Amino acid sequence: MDDKLFEILEYGVYGASILLILIGLYAVLTKRSLIKIVIGMSIIDGGIHLLLITIGYLKGGTAPIFSPGYEEAAAQMVDPVPQALVLTAIVIGFGVTAVALSLIIRLYRHHHTLEIDEIKRLKW
Amino acid sequence: MKKFLVILILAVLGFHLFEAFSGLGLGVTRFEKGVKDYYLEKTVSELHVANTVTSIVVNFRGFDTLGEVTVLFLAVSAMGGILYKRRHQTGDRSVLFSSSSIVRSGSKLLFPAIILLGVYVFIHGHLSPGGGFQGGAIIATGFLLMLIAYENFSVSHNTLSYIESFAGIFFVGIGLLGFMNGGTFLQNFLPAGVLNNLFSGGVIGIIYVMVGFKVAAELTGLIYTILHEKD
Repeated sequence: MDDKLFEILEYGVYGASILLILIGLYAVLTKRSLIKIVIGMSIIDGGIHLLLITIGYLKGGTAPIFSPGYEEAAAQMVDPVPQALVLTAIVIGFGVTAVALSLIIRLYRHHHTLEIDEIKRLKW
Repeated sequence: MKKFLVILILAVLGFHLFEAFSGLGLGVTRFEKGVKDYYLEKTVSELHVANTVTSIVVNFRGFDTLGEVTVLFLAVSAMGGILYKRRHQTGDRSVLFSSSSIVRSGSKLLFPAIILLGVYVFIHGHLSPGGGFQGGAIIATGFLLMLIAYENFSVSHNTLSYIESFAGIFFVGIGLLGFMNGGTFLQNFLPAGVLNNLFSGGVIGIIYVMVGFKVAAELTGLIYTILHEKD
Protein backbone atom coordinates (compact mmCIF):
# COMPACT_ATOMS: atom_id res chain seq x y z
CA MET A 1 0.00 0.00 0.00
CA ASP A 2 1.46 3.39 -0.85
CA ASP A 3 2.12 5.87 1.92
CA LYS A 4 -0.38 8.54 0.92
CA LEU A 5 -3.27 6.07 1.06
CA PHE A 6 -2.03 4.73 4.39
CA GLU A 7 -2.01 8.22 5.86
CA ILE A 8 -5.61 8.75 4.79
CA LEU A 9 -6.47 5.38 6.34
CA GLU A 10 -4.77 6.38 9.58
CA TYR A 11 -6.89 9.50 10.02
CA GLY A 12 -9.92 7.65 8.66
CA VAL A 13 -9.87 4.82 11.15
CA TYR A 14 -9.25 7.00 14.21
CA GLY A 15 -11.81 9.53 12.93
CA ALA A 16 -14.42 6.84 12.30
CA SER A 17 -14.08 5.31 15.75
CA ILE A 18 -14.21 8.71 17.49
CA LEU A 19 -17.19 9.65 15.31
CA LEU A 20 -18.96 6.45 16.41
CA ILE A 21 -18.35 7.34 20.06
CA LEU A 22 -19.70 10.85 19.49
CA ILE A 23 -22.79 9.61 17.62
CA GLY A 24 -23.52 7.25 20.49
CA LEU A 25 -23.05 10.01 23.08
CA TYR A 26 -25.34 12.30 21.06
CA ALA A 27 -28.06 9.63 21.04
CA VAL A 28 -27.68 9.05 24.79
CA LEU A 29 -27.83 12.78 25.57
CA THR A 30 -30.65 13.96 23.31
CA LYS A 31 -32.97 11.07 22.47
CA ARG A 32 -36.22 10.66 24.39
CA SER A 33 -36.92 7.00 23.77
CA LEU A 34 -35.28 4.53 26.15
CA ILE A 35 -34.64 2.02 23.37
CA LYS A 36 -32.74 4.68 21.40
CA ILE A 37 -30.62 5.44 24.46
CA VAL A 38 -29.64 1.77 24.70
CA ILE A 39 -28.85 1.74 20.98
CA GLY A 40 -26.63 4.78 21.58
CA MET A 41 -24.79 2.91 24.35
CA SER A 42 -24.16 0.01 21.96
CA ILE A 43 -22.78 2.42 19.34
CA ILE A 44 -20.38 3.86 21.94
CA ASP A 45 -19.28 0.27 22.66
CA GLY A 46 -18.59 -0.33 18.97
CA GLY A 47 -16.54 2.84 18.67
CA ILE A 48 -14.40 2.00 21.67
CA HIS A 49 -13.77 -1.54 20.40
CA LEU A 50 -12.69 -0.19 17.01
CA LEU A 51 -10.38 2.31 18.69
CA LEU A 52 -8.70 -0.36 20.84
CA ILE A 53 -8.20 -2.73 17.91
CA THR A 54 -6.75 0.12 15.84
CA ILE A 55 -4.14 0.91 18.49
CA GLY A 56 -2.91 -2.70 18.37
CA TYR A 57 -2.52 -2.73 14.58
CA LEU A 58 0.91 -3.24 13.02
CA LYS A 59 1.60 -2.05 9.49
CA GLY A 60 1.42 -5.04 7.15
CA GLY A 61 0.73 -7.29 10.13
CA THR A 62 -1.10 -10.61 10.10
CA ALA A 63 -3.57 -12.12 12.54
CA PRO A 64 -1.84 -13.51 15.66
CA ILE A 65 -2.37 -17.15 14.66
CA PHE A 66 0.53 -19.52 14.04
CA SER A 67 -0.82 -21.46 11.07
CA PRO A 68 1.27 -24.36 9.67
CA GLY A 69 4.32 -22.95 7.92
CA TYR A 70 4.22 -19.63 9.77
CA GLU A 71 5.59 -20.70 13.14
CA GLU A 72 8.34 -18.06 13.03
CA ALA A 73 6.15 -15.14 11.99
CA ALA A 74 5.75 -13.61 15.46
CA ALA A 75 7.48 -10.36 14.44
CA GLN A 76 4.84 -9.55 11.78
CA MET A 77 1.81 -10.21 13.95
CA VAL A 78 -0.51 -7.52 15.26
CA ASP A 79 -0.80 -7.02 19.00
CA PRO A 80 -3.02 -9.80 20.42
CA VAL A 81 -3.54 -8.14 23.82
CA PRO A 82 -6.09 -5.49 22.70
CA GLN A 83 -7.93 -8.19 20.76
CA ALA A 84 -8.25 -10.35 23.88
CA LEU A 85 -9.39 -7.35 25.91
CA VAL A 86 -11.97 -6.38 23.26
CA LEU A 87 -13.28 -9.95 23.34
CA THR A 88 -13.92 -9.43 27.06
CA ALA A 89 -15.42 -6.00 26.44
CA ILE A 90 -17.86 -7.33 23.82
CA VAL A 91 -19.20 -9.91 26.25
CA ILE A 92 -19.55 -7.38 29.07
CA GLY A 93 -21.25 -4.93 26.67
CA PHE A 94 -23.66 -7.66 25.69
CA GLY A 95 -24.52 -8.29 29.34
CA VAL A 96 -25.05 -4.58 29.97
CA THR A 97 -27.36 -4.30 26.94
CA ALA A 98 -29.37 -7.33 28.04
CA VAL A 99 -29.89 -6.01 31.57
CA ALA A 100 -30.76 -2.51 30.26
CA LEU A 101 -33.34 -3.92 27.86
CA SER A 102 -34.94 -6.02 30.59
CA LEU A 103 -35.14 -2.92 32.81
CA ILE A 104 -36.84 -1.12 29.92
CA ILE A 105 -39.36 -3.94 29.56
CA ARG A 106 -40.09 -3.65 33.28
CA LEU A 107 -40.52 0.14 33.02
CA TYR A 108 -42.85 -0.29 30.05
CA ARG A 109 -44.96 -2.71 32.06
CA HIS A 110 -45.45 -0.06 34.76
CA HIS A 111 -45.82 3.13 32.70
CA HIS A 112 -47.00 1.85 29.27
CA THR A 113 -44.65 4.25 27.52
CA LEU A 114 -40.99 4.40 26.55
CA GLU A 115 -40.65 8.19 26.41
CA ILE A 116 -38.63 9.48 29.34
CA ASP A 117 -40.60 12.76 29.31
CA GLU A 118 -43.77 10.95 30.21
CA ILE A 119 -42.20 8.88 32.94
CA LYS A 120 -42.03 11.04 36.03
CA ARG A 121 -38.88 10.99 38.13
CA LEU A 122 -36.76 10.26 35.06
CA LYS A 123 -36.60 13.83 33.79
CA TRP A 124 -33.41 15.79 33.54
CA MET B 1 -31.28 24.93 22.35
CA LYS B 2 -30.28 21.81 24.28
CA LYS B 3 -29.34 19.98 21.09
CA PHE B 4 -27.10 22.87 20.10
CA LEU B 5 -25.39 22.74 23.49
CA VAL B 6 -24.90 18.97 23.22
CA ILE B 7 -23.41 19.28 19.72
CA LEU B 8 -21.04 21.97 20.96
CA ILE B 9 -19.84 19.83 23.87
CA LEU B 10 -19.43 16.80 21.62
CA ALA B 11 -17.49 18.84 19.05
CA VAL B 12 -15.02 19.97 21.71
CA LEU B 13 -14.73 16.41 23.02
CA GLY B 14 -14.27 15.01 19.51
CA PHE B 15 -11.60 17.57 18.64
CA HIS B 16 -9.54 16.73 21.69
CA LEU B 17 -9.98 12.96 21.28
CA PHE B 18 -8.95 13.15 17.62
CA GLU B 19 -5.95 15.33 18.44
CA ALA B 20 -4.79 12.84 21.06
CA PHE B 21 -5.26 9.71 18.98
CA SER B 22 -4.07 10.94 15.58
CA GLY B 23 -0.71 11.69 17.20
CA LEU B 24 -0.37 8.01 18.11
CA GLY B 25 0.16 6.83 14.57
CA LEU B 26 -1.24 3.73 12.90
CA GLY B 27 0.67 0.47 12.60
CA VAL B 28 3.89 1.56 14.28
CA THR B 29 5.85 -0.64 16.66
CA ARG B 30 5.02 0.70 20.10
CA PHE B 31 7.35 -1.29 22.35
CA GLU B 32 10.77 -2.78 21.83
CA LYS B 33 9.98 -5.70 24.14
CA GLY B 34 6.42 -5.53 25.35
CA VAL B 35 3.98 -7.94 26.93
CA LYS B 36 2.86 -8.81 23.40
CA ASP B 37 6.23 -10.35 22.54
CA TYR B 38 6.23 -12.40 25.74
CA TYR B 39 2.76 -13.77 24.96
CA LEU B 40 3.60 -14.52 21.32
CA GLU B 41 6.81 -16.31 22.28
CA LYS B 42 5.34 -18.37 25.12
CA THR B 43 2.26 -19.30 23.09
CA VAL B 44 4.21 -21.05 20.37
CA SER B 45 7.17 -22.35 22.37
CA GLU B 46 5.61 -23.54 25.62
CA LEU B 47 1.86 -23.95 25.17
CA HIS B 48 1.96 -25.10 21.50
CA VAL B 49 -1.24 -23.22 20.75
CA ALA B 50 -1.79 -21.65 17.32
CA ASN B 51 -4.23 -18.88 18.24
CA THR B 52 -2.53 -16.33 20.50
CA VAL B 53 -5.77 -14.55 21.43
CA THR B 54 -7.18 -17.83 22.78
CA SER B 55 -4.02 -18.53 24.77
CA ILE B 56 -4.21 -15.05 26.32
CA VAL B 57 -7.91 -15.30 27.11
CA VAL B 58 -7.87 -18.85 28.53
CA ASN B 59 -4.34 -19.40 29.81
CA PHE B 60 -2.56 -16.15 30.70
CA ARG B 61 -5.74 -14.38 31.74
CA GLY B 62 -7.82 -17.44 32.63
CA PHE B 63 -8.98 -15.99 35.92
CA ASP B 64 -10.24 -12.93 34.05
CA THR B 65 -12.25 -15.22 31.76
CA LEU B 66 -13.75 -16.95 34.78
CA GLY B 67 -14.89 -13.52 35.98
CA GLU B 68 -16.22 -12.68 32.52
CA VAL B 69 -18.29 -15.85 32.39
CA THR B 70 -19.58 -15.00 35.86
CA VAL B 71 -20.61 -11.53 34.66
CA LEU B 72 -22.54 -13.11 31.78
CA PHE B 73 -24.22 -15.51 34.21
CA LEU B 74 -25.09 -12.60 36.51
CA ALA B 75 -26.56 -10.63 33.61
CA VAL B 76 -28.78 -13.55 32.60
CA SER B 77 -29.94 -14.23 36.15
CA ALA B 78 -30.54 -10.52 36.76
CA MET B 79 -32.70 -10.51 33.65
CA GLY B 80 -34.66 -13.47 34.94
CA GLY B 81 -35.14 -11.67 38.24
CA ILE B 82 -36.18 -8.37 36.67
CA LEU B 83 -38.64 -9.99 34.29
CA TYR B 84 -40.03 -12.29 36.99
CA LYS B 85 -43.68 -13.18 36.73
CA ARG B 86 -45.98 -15.55 38.50
CA ARG B 87 -46.49 -18.86 36.77
CA HIS B 88 -50.03 -18.43 35.50
CA GLN B 89 -49.21 -15.16 33.79
CA THR B 90 -46.56 -16.62 31.51
CA GLY B 91 -46.80 -18.98 28.58
CA ASP B 92 -47.87 -16.88 25.64
CA ARG B 93 -45.37 -15.55 23.18
CA SER B 94 -44.95 -11.82 22.74
CA VAL B 95 -44.11 -12.17 19.04
CA LEU B 96 -47.36 -13.57 17.73
CA PHE B 97 -47.04 -14.07 14.01
CA SER B 98 -46.96 -17.28 12.08
CA SER B 99 -44.13 -17.65 9.62
CA SER B 100 -44.60 -19.09 6.16
CA SER B 101 -43.81 -22.70 5.34
CA ILE B 102 -40.73 -21.64 3.37
CA VAL B 103 -39.23 -20.02 6.47
CA ARG B 104 -40.17 -22.98 8.62
CA SER B 105 -38.71 -25.63 6.27
CA GLY B 106 -35.63 -23.52 5.63
CA SER B 107 -34.88 -23.00 9.29
CA LYS B 108 -35.42 -26.69 10.01
CA LEU B 109 -32.85 -27.41 7.31
CA LEU B 110 -30.39 -24.79 8.54
CA PHE B 111 -30.67 -25.51 12.29
CA PRO B 112 -28.37 -28.59 12.43
CA ALA B 113 -25.83 -26.89 10.19
CA ILE B 114 -25.73 -23.81 12.43
CA ILE B 115 -25.29 -25.96 15.55
CA LEU B 116 -22.51 -27.90 13.81
CA LEU B 117 -20.75 -24.67 12.82
CA GLY B 118 -20.96 -23.39 16.39
CA VAL B 119 -19.53 -26.63 17.79
CA TYR B 120 -16.75 -26.55 15.20
CA VAL B 121 -15.88 -22.96 16.10
CA PHE B 122 -15.58 -23.62 19.83
CA ILE B 123 -13.76 -26.97 19.50
CA HIS B 124 -11.15 -25.41 17.19
CA GLY B 125 -10.86 -22.24 19.26
CA HIS B 126 -7.15 -22.77 19.90
CA LEU B 127 -6.31 -23.52 16.25
CA SER B 128 -8.29 -21.04 14.17
CA PRO B 129 -10.15 -17.76 14.75
CA GLY B 130 -13.06 -18.23 17.10
CA GLY B 131 -13.55 -19.82 20.48
CA GLY B 132 -16.04 -20.49 23.21
CA PHE B 133 -17.80 -17.14 23.22
CA GLN B 134 -18.13 -16.97 19.44
CA GLY B 135 -19.23 -20.59 19.07
CA GLY B 136 -21.77 -20.20 21.86
CA ALA B 137 -23.19 -17.10 20.18
CA ILE B 138 -23.51 -19.00 16.87
CA ILE B 139 -25.41 -21.84 18.60
CA ALA B 140 -27.71 -19.30 20.24
CA THR B 141 -28.51 -17.79 16.81
CA GLY B 142 -29.58 -21.26 15.68
CA PHE B 143 -32.00 -21.46 18.58
CA LEU B 144 -33.18 -17.90 17.87
CA LEU B 145 -33.99 -18.92 14.29
CA MET B 146 -36.03 -21.90 15.48
CA LEU B 147 -37.82 -19.83 18.15
CA ILE B 148 -38.82 -17.21 15.57
CA ALA B 149 -39.86 -19.70 12.90
CA TYR B 150 -41.88 -22.05 15.11
CA GLU B 151 -44.41 -20.61 17.49
CA ASN B 152 -44.49 -23.64 19.76
CA PHE B 153 -40.77 -24.44 19.74
CA SER B 154 -39.61 -24.50 23.32
CA VAL B 155 -36.42 -25.23 25.17
CA SER B 156 -36.36 -26.66 28.66
CA HIS B 157 -35.13 -24.16 31.23
CA ASN B 158 -34.04 -27.01 33.50
CA THR B 159 -31.81 -28.54 30.83
CA LEU B 160 -30.28 -25.14 30.11
CA SER B 161 -29.48 -24.51 33.75
CA TYR B 162 -28.02 -28.03 34.16
CA ILE B 163 -25.73 -27.50 31.15
CA GLU B 164 -24.75 -24.07 32.42
CA SER B 165 -24.06 -25.20 35.99
CA PHE B 166 -22.11 -28.26 34.86
CA ALA B 167 -19.95 -26.17 32.53
CA GLY B 168 -19.27 -23.58 35.23
CA ILE B 169 -18.39 -26.23 37.85
CA PHE B 170 -16.14 -27.98 35.32
CA PHE B 171 -14.29 -24.72 34.64
CA VAL B 172 -13.68 -24.11 38.36
CA GLY B 173 -12.83 -27.80 38.83
CA ILE B 174 -10.12 -27.64 36.18
CA GLY B 175 -8.81 -24.54 37.92
CA LEU B 176 -8.66 -26.40 41.25
CA LEU B 177 -6.96 -29.42 39.60
CA GLY B 178 -4.33 -27.00 38.34
CA PHE B 179 -4.00 -25.72 41.89
CA MET B 180 -3.31 -29.25 43.12
CA ASN B 181 -0.92 -30.19 40.32
CA GLY B 182 0.98 -27.03 39.60
CA GLY B 183 0.60 -24.70 42.52
CA THR B 184 -1.57 -21.92 41.02
CA PHE B 185 -5.25 -21.70 40.19
CA LEU B 186 -5.92 -22.54 36.51
CA GLN B 187 -2.36 -23.82 36.04
CA ASN B 188 -1.92 -25.59 32.71
CA PHE B 189 -1.09 -29.08 34.04
CA LEU B 190 -1.78 -31.25 30.98
CA PRO B 191 0.94 -32.00 28.35
CA ALA B 192 1.13 -29.34 25.66
CA GLY B 193 0.99 -31.66 22.64
CA VAL B 194 2.01 -30.76 19.09
CA LEU B 195 1.40 -27.34 17.54
CA ASN B 196 -1.62 -27.23 15.23
CA ASN B 197 -3.01 -30.57 16.44
CA LEU B 198 -6.50 -30.71 17.90
CA PHE B 199 -5.11 -32.06 21.18
CA SER B 200 -2.65 -29.30 21.94
CA GLY B 201 -2.37 -26.63 24.56
CA GLY B 202 -3.28 -28.75 27.58
CA VAL B 203 -6.37 -27.49 29.37
CA ILE B 204 -7.03 -24.59 26.96
CA GLY B 205 -9.18 -26.63 24.57
CA ILE B 206 -11.16 -28.26 27.38
CA ILE B 207 -11.87 -24.94 29.11
CA TYR B 208 -12.95 -23.28 25.87
CA VAL B 209 -15.36 -26.14 25.05
CA MET B 210 -16.91 -25.66 28.51
CA VAL B 211 -17.11 -21.89 27.97
CA GLY B 212 -18.83 -22.60 24.64
CA PHE B 213 -21.49 -24.78 26.30
CA LYS B 214 -22.01 -22.21 29.05
CA VAL B 215 -22.37 -19.24 26.71
CA ALA B 216 -24.69 -21.16 24.37
CA ALA B 217 -26.98 -22.15 27.26
CA GLU B 218 -26.97 -18.63 28.73
CA LEU B 219 -27.73 -16.84 25.47
CA THR B 220 -30.44 -19.34 24.53
CA GLY B 221 -32.10 -18.84 27.90
CA LEU B 222 -31.84 -15.08 27.48
CA ILE B 223 -33.46 -15.11 24.02
CA TYR B 224 -36.17 -17.43 25.30
CA THR B 225 -36.92 -15.11 28.25
CA ILE B 226 -37.17 -12.02 26.02
CA LEU B 227 -39.33 -13.76 23.39
CA HIS B 228 -41.79 -15.02 25.97
CA GLU B 229 -42.16 -11.61 27.57
CA LYS B 230 -45.76 -10.40 27.35
CA ASP B 231 -47.08 -7.21 28.82
